[in-house]
Amino acid sequence: MSQTRLLSVLVENKPGVLMRVASMIRRRGFNIDSLSVGPTEDSSVSRMTIAVHVGRQQAEQATKQLAKLIDVITIDDITGLRNVAHELLLVRLHSPPERRSEILDVVRIFRGRVVDVAANTLIVELTGSSEKVDNFIELMRPYGIKELARSGAVALVRGDQARIRLVDFDVSGNGADDEPRPAGNGAAADTTGTV
Amino acid sequence: MIGARPLTDRATRQAPESPAVTETAPVLTGAQIALESLIAEGVETIFGYPGGANLWLYRYLPEYPQLRHVLVRHEQGGAHAADGYARSRRGAVGVVFATSGPGALNLVTGLATAYMDSVPLVAITGQVPSTAIGTDSFQESDVIGSTMSVVKHSYLITRVEDIAATIKEAFHVARSGRPGPVLIDFPKDLQAAKTAFIRDGSQVRMRSYAAPPKPEPAKLRRIAQLIATAERPVILAGRGVIISQAENELLELAHRAEVPVGWTLLGTGAYPPKDPLALQLVGFMGAGYTNKAVCNADLLIMIGMRCDDRVTTRLDSFAPSVETLVHIDIDPAEIGKNVIPHISVVSDAREALRGLLDLVEPRNGGRWLTQVDQWREEHPIHFVNNTGLLQPQEVLLEMYARCHDEAIVLADVGQNQIWAALWFNYRRPGLFINSGGTGTMGFAFPASMGAKLANPDKTVFCVTGEGGFVMNMQEMATMVEHNIDVKVVILNNASLGMVRQFQDDFYEGVRSAVDLSFTPDFVKLGDAFGMKALSTNRREDVGPMLDEALAHRGPVLLNFDIDPDANVYPIVPLGKGMLDFVEAS
Repeated sequence: MSQTRLLSVLVENKPGVLMRVASMIRRRGFNIDSLSVGPTEDSSVSRMTIAVHVGRQQAEQATKQLAKLIDVITIDDITGLRNVAHELLLVRLHSPPERRSEILDVVRIFRGRVVDVAANTLIVELTGSSEKVDNFIELMRPYGIKELARSGAVALVRGDQARIRLVDFDVSGNGADDEPRPAGNGAAADTTGTV
Repeated sequence: MIGARPLTDRATRQAPESPAVTETAPVLTGAQIALESLIAEGVETIFGYPGGANLWLYRYLPEYPQLRHVLVRHEQGGAHAADGYARSRRGAVGVVFATSGPGALNLVTGLATAYMDSVPLVAITGQVPSTAIGTDSFQESDVIGSTMSVVKHSYLITRVEDIAATIKEAFHVARSGRPGPVLIDFPKDLQAAKTAFIRDGSQVRMRSYAAPPKPEPAKLRRIAQLIATAERPVILAGRGVIISQAENELLELAHRAEVPVGWTLLGTGAYPPKDPLALQLVGFMGAGYTNKAVCNADLLIMIGMRCDDRVTTRLDSFAPSVETLVHIDIDPAEIGKNVIPHISVVSDAREALRGLLDLVEPRNGGRWLTQVDQWREEHPIHFVNNTGLLQPQEVLLEMYARCHDEAIVLADVGQNQIWAALWFNYRRPGLFINSGGTGTMGFAFPASMGAKLANPDKTVFCVTGEGGFVMNMQEMATMVEHNIDVKVVILNNASLGMVRQFQDDFYEGVRSAVDLSFTPDFVKLGDAFGMKALSTNRREDVGPMLDEALAHRGPVLLNFDIDPDANVYPIVPLGKGMLDFVEAS
């Protein structure tokens, strides 16, 4: 059964890393729903949030193949965890003055913001889960969507504990685990040490 | 999550920090630093081809006589030669140089071959000046992009200060864990730029790349228990056993527990075929008795193998009776990729086998071995000579009779490869080298140059077909120039034999684009290159010709015109299962 899995991946902030990740995902035939990359609190590290549409076994394989990439520091499969996964939507709506207040009502319900107003259009900014963004777009479709951009999800897990930790790369392959465990290339204090 | 370590640890690649150290450190060009770094990594032999973008490397190469450079005649030959070098000398990393653009792109097939077969290789490619990158300048190509899916990792050098650390890291990545090829793209301006060269004897530290885990004792105990109680155990060995040099441990384990051992194409040589517990090649073109043993096994232990489609044939036909499938591999991504095991051990094969040797008690193979022996008798590896023409196996039997259980044998791709693998007959583990993963035709001949240069004291045979040989025959010039003593056995059936066999049997019998009857006269070709060459189509000439070749000090081309209709058997017809193998008749 396929589902969208959300992978939070920390990578070295080096040129070409995005291409390595994208190239591996294409080569192995995994389907990406969205991928977003940005800096983290540590300037040598970038975070990629990858929503990938795969089955269970494929998810494990995707995680392991990602872990093999030398520039990938750690992979965290946060699917199903208590996480905040939000994306940003910018949408230019056809909004002649007579329909504007109707539209603004919906925008308010969705806690969106109008960030640009022109004679016949509005640009609305909205953040939230992908479902919320999808719903908003559906509601706006009858008014006329002239242009649309969405960022893909970025995500963090809720709670006090940061999950930015390096994990070992023992990945149980017996398929008995309930959840694919986070895998990473891991880190050892030295190259000969055990993990 | 476990194994946490704070992210504040920086990666290894950092420029030397203080200019003060330059007072004592010599100031060298990037090219010199690269060559110094290769020496520091233990490199002795480089295969390469110069061109506009790596000329500074070649400018300084003569100043380092401890680096032997072998000028190949095509970069692909260089990559395969470096591959053969690395596969045949334990611990060595193959090194190949090429210039930018076409030179570098000619390495792609060689890199892919090494990647699939986990061969440690470092390719250093010249690149246009860093200031010109992206301008489509002369001989510029995006080599990093072109090779990304066929290398373990790659680096573009952007600062002269990074060269030494990059090369060090590249060798570490190439040879550690599951080995593989690493490419370093080296812009020519940085080859000429100067900086202080500081020898760095420290260990490579990379936060995103760690040593593989040790085998978990609990899992090893469980496996040892299973071995003790299994009724029909089978071990399959892949190239991981050879890479980790675990042949002796495997032999000891098999003998102690009396478990029959089969192997993959790339695992050929990991276990001696003449051993009483030896099965044979498994799978698509494997021995019938190996496939029967695997399909009836209740415990199957796969060590250092990927379990690809050539092993499993139709996936659902693979090992259906197995109650416990154990998979030991150093690469976690191989576990569960094709076949989902019940127990998996992610570790070096030798460490896992050593761990098992501490736990496994002597055991009697019992009725299972009798059963396996019976299958071996029912389905021996055999051939029939219906035509009276020279058979490839007759040539190989004579060749192997002269290997004395220790010659290095390289095989190309196609029928010659399977014949050579099936008739490999050593009493102890040996080196049988072939492009098992990518199946690169033209691999064996240049790779055999590398193998001989890495093993000057060993006899090296290169088994190939007339098709594959011609694909890289330009390396005859290299071989003659350096008098690289390889005995090349061409099994010449005047066609692309494996393709012809497939067309005959699986593609409605239409022979299309497989006729190679227009092939050069190899004796005259040898003569043109200054290489001793002999040819025959007669059974009685084979032995004397091989003796003459072995008595000659230097490379010899041996052309054997074999039965053009000789086929590879056994074979599992495409789409069929493991037990549907067809045997020679």
